[in-house]
Amino acid sequence: MVDAPDVLQTEPAAQYTDSLGKYIVIYLCILALAGVQFVFAYSGVHAGGRFARMFLVALAEAGLALLFFMHLWAEKRGFLLFVLVFTGFVLAAMQYGWTDSNRMERGVPNSQPQIGTVR
Amino acid sequence: MSQADMAMHHPGGVMTEPAFAVPARKMAIWLFIIADAATFAACLVAYGFLRNGSPSWPAPFKFSPTVINAMVMTFILITSSLTMLLGVRAGKAGDRAAAFRFTVITAVAGIVFALLHLREWMGMIHEGVTLFHNPWGTGLFGASFFSITGLHLTHVVGGVVALLVVGGRYKAGRMDADHLEVVGLYWHFVDLVWMFVVPFVYLLNVSR
Repeated sequence: MVDAPDVLQTEPAAQYTDSLGKYIVIYLCILALAGVQFVFAYSGVHAGGRFARMFLVALAEAGLALLFFMHLWAEKRGFLLFVLVFTGFVLAAMQYGWTDSNRMERGVPNSQPQIGTVR
Repeated sequence: MSQADMAMHHPGGVMTEPAFAVPARKMAIWLFIIADAATFAACLVAYGFLRNGSPSWPAPFKFSPTVINAMVMTFILITSSLTMLLGVRAGKAGDRAAAFRFTVITAVAGIVFALLHLREWMGMIHEGVTLFHNPWGTGLFGASFFSITGLHLTHVVGGVVALLVVGGRYKAGRMDADHLEVVGLYWHFVDLVWMFVVPFVYLLNVSR
């Protein structure tokens, strides 16, 4: 990946020199995406579908905020990768518990605690 | 410059280039943000785990007042992110007065957000929702709702205090624009977390 044009090797990268118009466009995009989430909440889709749609929209909102409000896009590309890969790995690792949650929901053998049994 | 030269100029030890050319202070807040993102993610995943595994999970949030309140709070928080950004931008450009003004506006928005949040909490408590009980179904609903929104509210209150302290010291000339940038990154993160709290905690539980 190539660094943004204003990144210097030894200087703090994000210079906050973007135009006010750019910031306002991004602000309006985030507001619009937040509005879409409220629309999804009342759509006729089942809960799983609503969750998936809202999650994708939240990811888009967060991406805009990370890249432009927090200026990650203007930092060195190595730093951008570091933040995304490191955070993504930690968050992905947390999803391990879903298998157990689904087992409990479906009541498969040994998914519930055996009350009163001695092991 | 050789390492020997660097050691001579910095007798405390050999200085190396900052990682990714990011200054230490900014790197520290980014590492904090990554760690805090893991904290919030753990809470949201645990909430999803409970919700998924509880057959009587309630959907109590009515359009008025709860969803409207969430809309207003979302608007305020996203707008405060913009004012924070404008404050840091002004600070980087050397305009201390404008930077301080935008920082105070951001802090005021944070206070309004917190007050709206507390008003909503009071309404729910009045309806009988507590940490361990609610009138609609599993008691875990109240525990997860107050835990997640409470953790976020704590961050907002902490952010308001940080904004006022750093803004005041920046205005007095005891801090520079880099300090403002660091507190700004924290504030944007608080906004970013709210983008996930609203759909998962509020909008998936609206009454139809």
